[in-house]
Amino acid sequence: MNVSELSEKLGGRILTGEGSRERQICGIYCCDLLSWVMSHAAKGSAWITVHNHVNIVAVAALSELSCIIMPEGIEAEEATLKKAAAEDVAIISTDLSAYDVCCIAHDNGI
Amino acid sequence: MADGLMKLHYEIPADDLTYAGEASSSVKKVLVQLGINPVQIKKAAVSMYEAEINAVIHGHGGAADIEIGNGRIFICIEDKGPGIPDLELAMQEGWSTASDEVREMGFGAGMGLPNIKRYADKLDIETETGKGTKVMITVMYPNT
Repeated sequence: MNVSELSEKLGGRILTGEGSRERQICGIYCCDLLSWVMSHAAKGSAWITVHNHVNIVAVAALSELSCIIMPEGIEAEEATLKKAAAEDVAIISTDLSAYDVCCIAHDNGI
Repeated sequence: MADGLMKLHYEIPADDLTYAGEASSSVKKVLVQLGINPVQIKKAAVSMYEAEINAVIHGHGGAADIEIGNGRIFICIEDKGPGIPDLELAMQEGWSTASDEVREMGFGAGMGLPNIKRYADKLDIETETGKGTKVMITVMYPNT
């Protein structure tokens, strides 16, 4: 499943990352400790985090994650959107909880 | 590049997490352009990012100097911060002196130095209380 398809399943909105909508999602990783994410998240994972500051873009890009998912209607800061656009990192915003995102991803074969 | 090495230099701003990671992101792009293996790129990029963040958070900023060539990526991040009084303790996962504000942003979990050690093929740290810290990371890559 790619970023665009997952966003649709989550009833989400892709806030940025026009060029990375086709990127394949290999798994889900949910964590808010940035170093922990860089240490443990597998390449190609979709990363669920409540952080919305600009540093999450660097973490996603350096760790080669497929996209960032912001649950519970969290909106990205303006600086985050600009940085994500520059780095071509897709950010999905959804009203669902992290748990529901995981369940839907699992039900769809991720 | 007379010696066959590509050399890069970046200034690391103090106490401003907005631009933290710019140097690491830039180095990663250079490594991609050089066609270096993605595994080695990730090792270099993540370990450098952790060291860069440490320099911003703890070291009042500093500088990063990188040498690439002859199968070796060498990253030196030097700050003028307070130094690390007990390096053995700082290397332990979970130990951190980061502020609450930094922790609320998801940093300061006490995993920076352990992560660098995990991803670097070689890690040397020179630190002196009151003078600063120099983190030297080496990642080897197969010559093509």
